[in-house]
Amino acid sequence: MSVWDDLVGQEEAISRFRTAASDSRALAHSWLITGPPGSGRSNLAYAFASALLCRSGGCGECPDCRQVAARTHPDLSALATERVIISIDEVRALVTTAQFGPRVAKYRVVVIEDADRMVERTSNVLLKALEEPPEGTIWILCAPSEADLLPTIRSRVRSVRLTVPSINDVANLIVGRTGVAYEVAERAARHAQSHVGMATRLCTNDLAAARRDETVRRALSVKNVRDAVFVAARLLEIATEDAKALTEEKDALEVEETRRAFGLAVEDSIPAGMRATFRSLEEQQKRRETRSLRDGLDRILVDLSSVFRDVLLLQLGVRDGIINVEYLSDLEPFAAALTARTALDVTDAIMTARHRIAGNVSPVLALEAMMIVSTPRVAA
Amino acid sequence: MASTTPRSSSARGAAKAKSVIPTLGWDAATVAPVVLVTGSEGFLADRVSASLRDQLRAVDPNVEVHDIDATDYAYGTLMSLASPSLFGEPRLIRASNVEKCNDEFLEDALAYIEATDSDTTLVLRHAGGVRGKRLLDQIRAGVGGGIEIACAEIKSDADKHDFSVAEFRRSGRSITPGAVRALVSAFSSSASELANACAQLMADAEGDIDERVVEQYYGGRVETTAFKVADFAVSGRRGDALVALRHALDSGADPVPIVATFASKLRLMVKVWGDRRSAQELAGLVGAAPWQIDRARRDLQSGWDEPGLRRAILSIAEADANVKGASRDPVYSIEHMIEVVANFGRD
Ligand SMILES: [Zn+2]
Repeated sequence: MSVWDDLVGQEEAISRFRTAASDSRALAHSWLITGPPGSGRSNLAYAFASALLCRSGGCGECPDCRQVAARTHPDLSALATERVIISIDEVRALVTTAQFGPRVAKYRVVVIEDADRMVERTSNVLLKALEEPPEGTIWILCAPSEADLLPTIRSRVRSVRLTVPSINDVANLIVGRTGVAYEVAERAARHAQSHVGMATRLCTNDLAAARRDETVRRALSVKNVRDAVFVAARLLEIATEDAKALTEEKDALEVEETRRAFGLAVEDSIPAGMRATFRSLEEQQKRRETRSLRDGLDRILVDLSSVFRDVLLLQLGVRDGIINVEYLSDLEPFAAALTARTALDVTDAIMTARHRIAGNVSPVLALEAMMIVSTPRVAA
Repeated sequence: MASTTPRSSSARGAAKAKSVIPTLGWDAATVAPVVLVTGSEGFLADRVSASLRDQLRAVDPNVEVHDIDATDYAYGTLMSLASPSLFGEPRLIRASNVEKCNDEFLEDALAYIEATDSDTTLVLRHAGGVRGKRLLDQIRAGVGGGIEIACAEIKSDADKHDFSVAEFRRSGRSITPGAVRALVSAFSSSASELANACAQLMADAEGDIDERVVEQYYGGRVETTAFKVADFAVSGRRGDALVALRHALDSGADPVPIVATFASKLRLMVKVWGDRRSAQELAGLVGAAPWQIDRARRDLQSGWDEPGLRRAILSIAEADANVKGASRDPVYSIEHMIEVVANFGRD
């Protein structure tokens, strides 16, 4: 067993990190991991951190590896903001810890999970630290793409690009992890467009799967402006339910992991000395609520883009690579009743809705406008 | 070891366990050994808490009231507060933040409900979330002889409307439908502010409360002005709408709630579009009071059609993005939106 086992479809990146971890000449002091959501950027970052901090190169079992997994290793500093923007103070604090060098391991590893969420002023604080790295400190930044970072930062990091794993790879991984039937895993991987976390959730969480199902069905049921407004209201509810469920799952999992890291069983009460840790975890969890609705909406918009991508393919007469095969009987008449122009407009409208929601537009209004774009129908 | 109910509380995750205890509205709160106060409307929960204190005081003025915070609770506190005193005074223990309680609290509370003290009323305020679920499940399964008071969020305009009407009725005051409407639109953003406004009107205004009285007290509120602008626009009175907008902006109104008002107006018009059911039947479905539905129907008759409604909503969504930073000229964006809406969404 090793920390690399659970990463799917990233053999090339993994081999670069393994080499870097075992050969100090190949070890740059700053790394940037880029890849689309779900490609496993942060999982890979922590696997690399384990490989650097573990005495056996990332065995996945020793105390070092387990502490990395629980984000409690003394030589690991991790910044995983759940907020929309990483604050300058958070980065300042990281830079300060980075100055100290390692305490118990060979390196000090600093991970920034969403390095794209920094304003320029904050990026410049980080830049200073990357320009003059103290001996033994390794920075690992994660972002969707290189273009999300300032050029000055880009030029200081060794970049590792992740690929979108194939549906088949993701399905096999899920079968291995959860033991569900291949057909179930394949459908989930396809519906999640190879996003490993989302696909796993679709397989293991009936409510999450039901929410996606309802999203697709509702979108395909819209025939007029009135439907659009009612469906938008329901979509917002679904996003809210999803965000709430996901936040609760995440919160519970984090508490469980932290308990495990401290060697506490579920029913043990928390000793006085550890309470501060749990309290700060709880505060962190509270702060993330605002972003999670946005994440829930984002998931819905991803599902809807898959539907309208399918509609465009059907209009072009292409039947290979349809994501929502299970909904063909609804998709086909829907595609036939829409002009190609409207289908393209909807694709744009989904992008617009995403930008607007990120820009704080009332989510229901953004969803209404988006659904309304799909309503002009070809005269029967 | 706690006696267990047949249900397993952990295995089914989010599935809600069935409750066997009475669930009452906030205005029907009564004393019980354990009173679980749930729901997210904080000011209603505060009212429940005060009402229970008053009910207990009415029976025995010597009631001891203890407020504890479940987040930094120390072992044993609950038992020591609930243990019978020398003179046998009744005790009211109100625990806040149970949704964020620490493990010590959870453990003590679970133990306490197994053997409650007959002179003690324990009020548990749980604002939502999974923390403490085991405690809630036990109480709902009947352990401790508790009741639940649900303080559901007062969310839609229809909820706010019903709430205000009930507030006045409870105090035996009368208020005209128009006045309720004005009040709800003036305080559309916060239910607790709305409650305060109701209370203030009842205290300050004499006799029947009508639209004029509300206007006199709260006419300066931005939302009221925004409604005027939107009312003019949807009925095609372009000039009046633009003048009202000027007036609103000059008196310091924020563009954001003005756009929000347009959005909620058009949304309701679309929701009732082509639906022949009675306003009473539709109220629940569209989340609006019957008078609002009647109003939306009247507005629709002034010249609207489906493509027009579609374009109007698109233009409002665009204006919302613009007043929230996408454009440098938010006033122009609103004026443009008004042009589109006042022309019934026609090009
Ligand atoms: Zn190891």
